[in-house]
Amino acid sequence: MLDALTIVTVSAGAFFFLAGTVGLLRFPDALSRLHALTKADNLGLGLVVLGLLFQVEGPFAALKLIGVWLLALLAGATVTQLIALTARPGGRPE
Amino acid sequence: MAFDVVLAVLVLGVSIWTVTARDTFAAVVGFVAFGLLVALVWVRLAAPDVALTEAALGSGLTGGLLLGASTRLAHAEPTAAGEQPGAILRLAVAAICTVVSAGLAALVLLLPEPAPTLAPQVAENIAATGLRNPVTAVLMAFRAIDTLLEVIVLLLALLGMWSLAPDRLWGGSPGQRHHVDLDSALSFAAQLLVPVGILVGIHIFWVGSVGPGGEFQGATILAAMWILTRMAGLVDMPPVSRRWLRLVLVAGPAVFFAIGLAGFAIAGAFLAYPASYAKLLILAIEIPVTLSIAATLALLVAGPPERALQR
Repeated sequence: MLDALTIVTVSAGAFFFLAGTVGLLRFPDALSRLHALTKADNLGLGLVVLGLLFQVEGPFAALKLIGVWLLALLAGATVTQLIALTARPGGRPE
Repeated sequence: MAFDVVLAVLVLGVSIWTVTARDTFAAVVGFVAFGLLVALVWVRLAAPDVALTEAALGSGLTGGLLLGASTRLAHAEPTAAGEQPGAILRLAVAAICTVVSAGLAALVLLLPEPAPTLAPQVAENIAATGLRNPVTAVLMAFRAIDTLLEVIVLLLALLGMWSLAPDRLWGGSPGQRHHVDLDSALSFAAQLLVPVGILVGIHIFWVGSVGPGGEFQGATILAAMWILTRMAGLVDMPPVSRRWLRLVLVAGPAVFFAIGLAGFAIAGAFLAYPASYAKLLILAIEIPVTLSIAATLALLVAGPPERALQR
């Protein structure tokens, strides 16, 4: 039962990574490509972590996984902001 | 198996792309991706210690250094791209590269099967070091001299880079001052991430005695946190002539060397530890070494002094 849950959620996560990658390759401009990437980071990784939570032993391993997800969210969101600021028309002159 | 094949193809593809990329910045991005893939390869080879080092130092910190270099070289790039080296030079480079690649390939193919190993000796004697991670036991006890030399080499690299500063800036602060914008995403991330990162760095260093981790990996994370706060403008790099900064830089190698010399008196050889308090001595070396490496790496990324000393 737990294995089935893992398979479903990790597959869903992989789907978001795939969709994000397709968006990164196909979308016309920097801002929409960033938008596609954040879906892969937030939802894709989130679903993969959620799926792996069913497999871990003990609360510490689970907390570690959630910590990894939160740190990836923070780093992803920050880098996206910085890239968007530079990419935006009339953005940071550099 | 299928995963390993895909991984190997990816590593080869990214490495070829990195070498053939004409744009320096693109090549650096390729190099960072290559390092992360190689870290995955080390995980597949059941070498998590090497994987951590590759991800932190090989990909992350070296990538940062190369990014800095590519930014500095950006204005010279069109000129450099316009210059065509002579045919003889290009032939010579191609020949040397071929010989090196062929030599490496031959060496790998000629390795004896099974590979010679000292792993059983390490497993037999690890109890004497008080450590439980065999990789750390090799780095800090059985082959401590290599680690000592590595720490000194890092310091020499920093001295070499500092010496690129013109005389009038000698002893000043490295890099330009970054302006702080407390509303920006970067300074928010720096404020939120740095406390967590410092804890993770200390944890990675501390856990090295029983599992994957150690002073180089932990120090790289600590250095990254310093670099992040500096990029966000929250702190400025101190002038490189500050006494406390130089003490931090030298403390690691100095303590390491001193305890190594003391080994003659207390255990009969250079860098030998008496079994009864080996772990205590190793820890006494590792703590200053971690701080020294972290400071050295952060200063390496910051670059040579660019602002004159304020008197």
